[in-house]
Amino acid sequence: MASEGEPRPTSRGEAVVRIASAADIVIARQRGRELAAGLGFSRSDQTVIATAISELARNILEYATVGDIVLAEAQRGARAGLVIVARDRGPGIADIGQALQDGYSTGRGLGIGLPGVRRLMDEFDIASEVGKGTRVTGRKWLP
Amino acid sequence: MSGSGERDARRKLQPAGGGRQRQPAESTAALLRELVAHLRQNRTQLREEWARRITESKLLTAMTREEIFAEATSIYDNYVEVLETGSVEALQAYARNLSERIIPRGVETHEVLGIVLLLRDVLARSLFEKYQGDFSLLNSVLDAYEPAANRVANTVAIGFVQERERIIRQQQEAIRELSTPVLQVRDRLLILPIIGVIDPQRARQLTEQLLRGIRANRAKVVVVDITGVPSVDATVANHLVQTVDASRLMGANVIVTGLSSEIAQTLVTIGVDLGKINAVGDLQGGIEEAERLLGYKVAMTGETAEQDS
Amino acid sequence: MRVPILKQRDYLIASIQSALSDEDLLQLRDDLAQQVGKFRSRAAIVDVTVLDVMDSFAVRTLRAISHMIRLRGAKTVIVGIQPEVAFAMVQLGLTLGDVATALDLEEGLAYLDKKTKAAAPHGK
Repeated sequence: MASEGEPRPTSRGEAVVRIASAADIVIARQRGRELAAGLGFSRSDQTVIATAISELARNILEYATVGDIVLAEAQRGARAGLVIVARDRGPGIADIGQALQDGYSTGRGLGIGLPGVRRLMDEFDIASEVGKGTRVTGRKWLP
Repeated sequence: MSGSGERDARRKLQPAGGGRQRQPAESTAALLRELVAHLRQNRTQLREEWARRITESKLLTAMTREEIFAEATSIYDNYVEVLETGSVEALQAYARNLSERIIPRGVETHEVLGIVLLLRDVLARSLFEKYQGDFSLLNSVLDAYEPAANRVANTVAIGFVQERERIIRQQQEAIRELSTPVLQVRDRLLILPIIGVIDPQRARQLTEQLLRGIRANRAKVVVVDITGVPSVDATVANHLVQTVDASRLMGANVIVTGLSSEIAQTLVTIGVDLGKINAVGDLQGGIEEAERLLGYKVAMTGETAEQDS
Repeated sequence: MRVPILKQRDYLIASIQSALSDEDLLQLRDDLAQQVGKFRSRAAIVDVTVLDVMDSFAVRTLRAISHMIRLRGAKTVIVGIQPEVAFAMVQLGLTLGDVATALDLEEGLAYLDKKTKAAAPHGK
């Protein structure tokens, strides 16, 4: 079994980073930056991607204690990009609509949460079931 | 090659009836294995033939014969690996790597597609030759071979095209940067005149350029002139607000000029928060305001009241 | 890795050296609060030039630093936010509120000197 936080590449350009501690957040976003750079994203977009990953990983830690960040190359026809999946088996979100409203946060203080991450991504999807877990998917395409 | 080996093959793999019928999975797998073995056995000769035909067709003229043969070898081996493993990953990686190297040398899409199709042809003919004595076996072999061969052609072509698009994007970005100058007119003062339609991508690029300009020129005030922007809608306005906020994070104040009061009114009505925007009527007025902020004129209001008495 | 804090006249300067763990950032918060009190500094400058990502935790903590330092009667200036980082922050909707920012250390010091001169009573 891979050690905590170590990215396990499952195929070219894909990585799974276990999120179980604050240190894993840094690993996940650095991996994201590397992948984005390799795909040809601009420095600015790389930072946007790394920041989004950081937020998603934080959410996992805060609400589910443990989870995964999956990073993979996205393809749609001739279009290429990056897909980020944040998944956990945590408590789940009871009211997704509310969670996606700007300004909403159950956590402590200035929780940016999902609305902010949605703004950063080109495509954004969230599936959650109370008691089962949550899966957030974000895609960013090369311009 | 014919003779006992071939007869063995026929005995082992009796295809049901004649003509083209669906193969059970195991026999397709067995055929592919036989195919792979054949391609490995005849590697030297088939590669050479392929390289020869590439040169004959006047493809890859930008490369030397040695280079062509070296790449041909890699592609050939990757090809066989796809047939063997069913996985195109290694081939994808190779195709991207190859494209990175040959695109700057002027190799074009039709050439890359051309050589892959040539290989397909060389291998197919080699199969014709081997199985010519048994038409239905030949059919079965081709049935197994074709889907894999198509996947290879697809993978290489798409890999090449994607790499080309990536390079074109980079060049476009470079051109856009050149055509949108951030001007330093005074010490610590930058002007960004924006002319033309702003789509989200251009807006992003303008902001990035401006922020980099603030760092490079150590600007404390920036005047963004949007007089030349034909339509200012909520999207553009939001980009402006983001630009103002981001500039402030870098210690610079932004003055927006060319935002008519009618447009400002409209934007406020549809809910855009223009509160953070320091708007001045025209560019000249904006520069004067900027100079005032920079302390070129004495007695700045608000911040520091310099009084010597 | 603990962030080193230098004392320069009435100011404290914290220069972040490398990728910062959450713990390090919280430690910085506590160290600054303690040292501002100990040295009666007028201000603290936090240099984030090296940070290539500023997420909500980083922003929260910087605002907390500013708050704690203000309680001790001092200002905070954040300097060195990089272009890409600033852009990502505003897209994400993160703000530093009313915490002062400057381009770099030099500008940060210039800003504080101006503020101090303004605040200094006549003739001192």
